[in-house]
Amino acid sequence: MNETSEHTDLNRREFLTRSAATAGVALAPGVMLYSVAQARPADEPVSSAVRWGLLIDSNKCASGCSDCVSACERENGWGTGSTDETHSDATQKAQWIRKVEVKNTETGHAFTLPMMCQHCENPPCADVCPTGASFRRDDGIVLVDKHICIGCRYCMMACPYKARSFVHETLTDQKPYAPRGKGTVEACTLCVHRVDAGDSPACVEACTAENHNAMLFGDLNDPESPIAKTVATYATTQIRADLNLNPGVRYQGI
Amino acid sequence: MKHITYRELPGRSGYYGLLGALALVVLMGFGAFLFMEHHGHYVTGMNNQVVWGTPHVFAVFLIVAASGVLNMASIGSVFGKSMYKPLGRMAGLLAITLLMGGLTVLVLDLGHPDRLIVAMTHYNFKSIFAWNIFLYTGFMAIVAVYLWSMMERRMNPYSKPMGFLAFVWRLMLTTGTGSIFGFLVARQGYDAAVMAPMFIAMSFSFGLAIFLLVLRAMEGGFGWELGGMALKRYKNLLGVFIAATLYFVALMHLTNLYATEHHGVEAFILMNGGIYTFLFWVGFVLVGSLLPLGLLYHPATGGSRTWIVVASVLVLVGALALVYVIIIGGQAYPLVLFPGMEVSSSFNDGVVNSYAPSLPEVVLGVGGIALALALAMVAMRVLRFIPETMSDEAMQQYLEASKH
Repeated sequence: MNETSEHTDLNRREFLTRSAATAGVALAPGVMLYSVAQARPADEPVSSAVRWGLLIDSNKCASGCSDCVSACERENGWGTGSTDETHSDATQKAQWIRKVEVKNTETGHAFTLPMMCQHCENPPCADVCPTGASFRRDDGIVLVDKHICIGCRYCMMACPYKARSFVHETLTDQKPYAPRGKGTVEACTLCVHRVDAGDSPACVEACTAENHNAMLFGDLNDPESPIAKTVATYATTQIRADLNLNPGVRYQGI
Repeated sequence: MKHITYRELPGRSGYYGLLGALALVVLMGFGAFLFMEHHGHYVTGMNNQVVWGTPHVFAVFLIVAASGVLNMASIGSVFGKSMYKPLGRMAGLLAITLLMGGLTVLVLDLGHPDRLIVAMTHYNFKSIFAWNIFLYTGFMAIVAVYLWSMMERRMNPYSKPMGFLAFVWRLMLTTGTGSIFGFLVARQGYDAAVMAPMFIAMSFSFGLAIFLLVLRAMEGGFGWELGGMALKRYKNLLGVFIAATLYFVALMHLTNLYATEHHGVEAFILMNGGIYTFLFWVGFVLVGSLLPLGLLYHPATGGSRTWIVVASVLVLVGALALVYVIIIGGQAYPLVLFPGMEVSSSFNDGVVNSYAPSLPEVVLGVGGIALALALAMVAMRVLRFIPETMSDEAMQQYLEASKH
């Protein structure tokens, strides 16, 4: 009896060891991938330990190129990425991201850059929003809660970057992760659905895929991230820095 | 007339005719709302650059005028001027109905007017809009109690403290309305603390002009009497308020003109802004201020009831012009992303933004004015808001009596 039980014990121990090893082998890539991609599990709250940021190098941004804009349109279903907004005129159609051409008329120096929601640390849009529909996530992404936006458009009055658009008509073919709707205000979400899944925003992906490499996305709070290292090394500019809003989008070469 | 006796509006055919006409305009305004709500804002002149349009001009005009109308009551209750006391009830009533008219326009212009309940249940207390929701509802409640204290004999002792509370509250309310623009750091045309007192001066002027027109309408409508003694004081006061508004508007522009940073927007409003420059100089300064000032104080016209009516109408025309320049003109001037640089984009960066009022927007706005007047007419028919007479003889007796 004793012998048998010892045998059984041994077998059990062996079984447990092997199981643990197998589980370890199965989980390791996941854990590795997780740490690489920095994806946040869906049941974990957003943390202010992370500050998502975007660094745009105007020197590498070509005049006339709008790959980032097209990618955003396709990803989030606006502009050419949607069959909607047929009634709105050009001034009424939404634009989440746009290319701005800038020229110094005295010196002649010119540059171009993509302009979108600057994901301010102190966003004026969220300050003025009466219902709190405009808000900033702890990780720095500024969003609109489409359920409590009453369409008062005060945020559009307050935004120094004209980053927001108002939907002027009924829409039908929205993306599930970008629920655009008539009578509400919308803007760049920094592709929050992709960021939460561990990807970078669609504009950045497109810019990199086309080898322009003018856009760098990452965690400004992580000293080891490429974006944090770059902003620590080179001079970068915040647009309307005089307002002291500390935007998460920074620029080089302007 | 030792004690003032009050009466209702007489229910003659003229009353029902006017009320019917106002109701029709209100219905048209509601139709305009349904049209915009059904299609979306693409049927309006608004766009992603000029996000607040004509409805906001009418709404702000009405809200500012509402707080100003109450002034007639405050001068009686708070500052103890007997000449104004008989009009306290009417002033309180008009203050409430004008505010209702303005708020109705504001709410019906929302992208989601169906979510009004959301605005009542979700608050961001850093937002001036959220403060205003409390300032507006509080104003209506306080003025309602103030009216009660004036109209119910047992409540009379409370009319002075209630009048004082209403006066302080109305100053806060107009400060809140002015600060909607004054607190906007992003835009060159706004971001000025002086906008709050400027809006208070505007409210005095707009409110009194409306009040004078209502009083004259009652004279013409059913033979109610307003003596020259009272009228002279009111019209002189209107002149002071017009001058005060001009002063604050001038101060705002002068301050801006001193800073090079603001030269662009000032040149736009004052010199080369097309319709906005025209509305500012001709609409507000000439037609809405200098002309009525001349009419009110010139010996040949200042004593004439007709010219006082003309002056009051001109003040209101100038008022709408000024609010239009502030709201639409302030948005038409492009945002400055890169000071001193020339910018262009597919999203109207660096260019003057276009806006043309559409018919439904105008009809909605006018509907708000009609709603305010119709509500006041109904209330005046039902309850005793109007002093029996304000003839010189009666006022003389009343003034003598109130001295003792």
